[in-house]
Amino acid sequence: MAKAFPFSAIVGQDDMKLSLLIAAVDQSVGGVMVFGDRGTGKSTAVRALAALLPPMRRVTGCRYNSDPVRDAAFHRELNGLEAEAPLEDEDVAVPVVDLPLGATEDRVVGALDLERALTQGEKAFEPGLLARAHRGFLYIDEVNLLEDHLVDLLLDVAASGENVVEREGLSVRHPAKFVLVGSGNPEEGELRPQLLDRFGLSVEVTTPKDLAVRVEVVRRRDAFERDPAAFLAIWAEREAGEAIRIREGRERLGEVEVPDAIVETTAKLCLTLGTDGLRGELVLIRAARALAALEGDVEVDEGHIRRVAPMALRHRLRRDPLDDSGSTVRVLRAIEEVLGPA
Amino acid sequence: MTTSAASPRVPGPAPAAPMAAQAAEDGSAVDPWTDAALVAALVAVDPVGCGGVAIRAMPGPARDAWMALLRALLPDGTPWRRIPVHVSDERLLGGLDLTATLHAGRPVAERGILVEADGGIVILAMAERVAPAVAAKVGMVVDHGAVRVEREGITAVTPTRFGVIALDESMGPEEAPHDALMDRLAFHMRLDGLRYTEVGDGDDPLFDRDQVIDACQRLAAVTLPDKAIEALCGAALAMGVPSMRAPLFALRVARAAAALDRRDAISDEDLRLAARLVLAPRATMIPQQPEPPPEEQPPEDQPPPPPDQDSSDQDRDEQDPQDQMDKPLEDMILEAAQAFIPPNLLERLTAAAERKRRSGMLGRSGAQRKTLTRGRPVGSRPGDPRAGARLALIDTLRSAAPWQPLRRQEAARLMAAAGTDRPLPRVLVRRDDFRITRFKRRAQSTIIFVVDASGSAAMARLGEAKGAVELLLADCYARRDQVALIAFRGRGAETLLPPTRSLARAKKRLAGFPGGGGTPLAAGIEAAHVMAEVARTRGETPSVVIMTDGRANVTLEGIGGRARAEEEAKAAAEQMRAIGVSTLVVDVSLRPHPKAEALAKAMGATYLPLPRGDARSLSAAAQGAASAGKD
Repeated sequence: MAKAFPFSAIVGQDDMKLSLLIAAVDQSVGGVMVFGDRGTGKSTAVRALAALLPPMRRVTGCRYNSDPVRDAAFHRELNGLEAEAPLEDEDVAVPVVDLPLGATEDRVVGALDLERALTQGEKAFEPGLLARAHRGFLYIDEVNLLEDHLVDLLLDVAASGENVVEREGLSVRHPAKFVLVGSGNPEEGELRPQLLDRFGLSVEVTTPKDLAVRVEVVRRRDAFERDPAAFLAIWAEREAGEAIRIREGRERLGEVEVPDAIVETTAKLCLTLGTDGLRGELVLIRAARALAALEGDVEVDEGHIRRVAPMALRHRLRRDPLDDSGSTVRVLRAIEEVLGPA
Repeated sequence: MTTSAASPRVPGPAPAAPMAAQAAEDGSAVDPWTDAALVAALVAVDPVGCGGVAIRAMPGPARDAWMALLRALLPDGTPWRRIPVHVSDERLLGGLDLTATLHAGRPVAERGILVEADGGIVILAMAERVAPAVAAKVGMVVDHGAVRVEREGITAVTPTRFGVIALDESMGPEEAPHDALMDRLAFHMRLDGLRYTEVGDGDDPLFDRDQVIDACQRLAAVTLPDKAIEALCGAALAMGVPSMRAPLFALRVARAAAALDRRDAISDEDLRLAARLVLAPRATMIPQQPEPPPEEQPPEDQPPPPPDQDSSDQDRDEQDPQDQMDKPLEDMILEAAQAFIPPNLLERLTAAAERKRRSGMLGRSGAQRKTLTRGRPVGSRPGDPRAGARLALIDTLRSAAPWQPLRRQEAARLMAAAGTDRPLPRVLVRRDDFRITRFKRRAQSTIIFVVDASGSAAMARLGEAKGAVELLLADCYARRDQVALIAFRGRGAETLLPPTRSLARAKKRLAGFPGGGGTPLAAGIEAAHVMAEVARTRGETPSVVIMTDGRANVTLEGIGGRARAEEEAKAAAEQMRAIGVSTLVVDVSLRPHPKAEALAKAMGATYLPLPRGDARSLSAAAQGAASAGKD
């Protein structure tokens, strides 16, 4: 397949890029949903992110991407190893797994290994996309066109962090913790609110209106298509810089302080907006902390909150049929109300 | 460099490209078939880069001739695959080849149409009827240059690149292929206005296959002048083309045009041609007259067009007309394209908005309610047939088939262990194999009743109105429609009943509602508007029945004032009309009143004066109007 367009070469679309970087720094933020017009580089950005992620350690050769420490017990049990058996580990790229439209359920959750069943008459489990995406990213383009039964299945796994398979006389459970990244065009159908709620952050992208920006988009795209290798070489340095930012952000994440005043502010903000449940507050604080880590700050401040609040809260507002202003506008209004004008 | 003169080309058709491009400069004089032939040649040169062509035409000689023309320009053996409108994922993307798998005793993958078409052309038949999901899948394959299959035990990524010909057989402006598909095709071409005599015959083609092959080889080396990208992007903006793919397509088309004309650099004519063929059909607004330069380009930023600056080493056989030297490139491009912007722009835009809303509904999960047993079958999915669903027998057998050898072995082993030797059934089916049929049903109807319960006039007839609603409720119940009740009186409107099928609740709420007070008509209409919109987002088909005398005298703010109140009611009515819900205004004044009739007119509603009669006749009339409004 063709090489991916570099992340840092994407013109504009700062919200989208920021949300993906935040999810890369702190996976517990819980997924990103990108809504937007056609041809705005939604899928380009997600695919490009893969190249920036620092490698992860996993048990050597494990098809479930087992973490050498956290998933050790699972791995030993799966392979019938002794409780204290030593495990080798290796560095591998963080998986960014595509869930293509038209995928069937057996490939998503995993099923009996057809090859081995037919040729050797053996019953063996062939892990699916969910196993492959463990500890990484699961990307669904046009998520609003996904079949309902697949959506239900994803909701279940995303909530429990575990994939339970009971089919073909097999009984398998394996860890499946992943960052769900979806993209879609709202004109092609709305998302079920349950699914929307699973995404920590949601961003809206629109086609650029500014001539200079548009020219630059076309120019870079054209250059990339005509000579991908040369284009990648030009952007290699920027890409490396972005990768370092993510790596350092992750290292710093644990040290970033969240002052009590900030926690209170987020609570007030969510109260003003009437968001359902505590998820909004939690995501808002985590996203702000990841942003601070990304930018090398030691403490979360109001500025961070201001920048991430729209993407953390806009999809959690209760529908108000009498207020036809967009949800972003409503969040911005609440921010002004709580934090004062910017 | 004198490539064109030196190369041993067939002399006949060579000058055709510059001719076609020149013809465009004065705007109107282009023969549509010449353009169509040019499009065919450009697609043949760069099918992947152009994405493809949408052809708006009924099946007939014009379309057939164009297809034959394109095919003749492509090298022999170029894949040419047709996708039927109700294609299954299996055929489209590929999957498990059941017969071969059983025969070989190991999984054998089947190639889908999109993989088979690699390096060639995919034809989408009846493109306006293609489901959004199919359009999205094709679009994804186009974007990635590969088919990703995760189906039936097969995981594969197979590279494939092709051009798409979408055969658009839409009849009216309300039909069109899906936007996701159209956005990915460089050319939106219309052949529906062509007469038979205007269609060129195959004897005298503008281009031949050798030219196309030559252009293909030249394509990669074609350079573009400075400002070409700015000019195309600027022209796209000025014509209100938001998609970022459009200028990119225009650029590639310009490149293909240059290659076809055996040049190594894009000229201004190429850019004009590209704007005309790619941008103009996408226009959503008429660009400002190019006399005053558009805001995007401040005057100091306008160098003369660079016709010769990087072609000094080429001998070019045509010069730009003198007057164009003074104009910025973008304006020239705009001018060339302007004549080709479709004339009925506004009409198309409103139709597009309507389409957008409808297609949005189609994609929504609740729009066509999926039910277990009723409606049109749309494929199958794993599930338990005991839960009231219908077993899809063939699909169940399909899913059981690959496992037969394994299961047979296992069963034999179990039986050997148990010491029995009952004969095995012919097919060993397990619960995991069960597939149930999925159905789609037509969208649910929701009838919203808005009752004027003010003192002014309705009081006298409130009882009658209530009776009529009750009768209608019974009808709705029989047809499984939903009903909702909104009443307005005094200072505002009140939702008595959100959409429900419960007849008992509706009756109870209605009976207990008192009358009297002012007439806040605007508030009532607005409440109905909001409810209709909400119903629509749930995928239902709303219709509204308003019972009033039209004599508004309370404003939205709940203050008395006839003039203001009437103005607001009229505005609300016009907004209601804009969302296109079928509405019925029942005049409940003692004698038919012009205000109620005017209201109906503003709303685009059917007007029905309530005859001095019983509730039953009203019910019949309302029922007739409501069902007439539905498709």
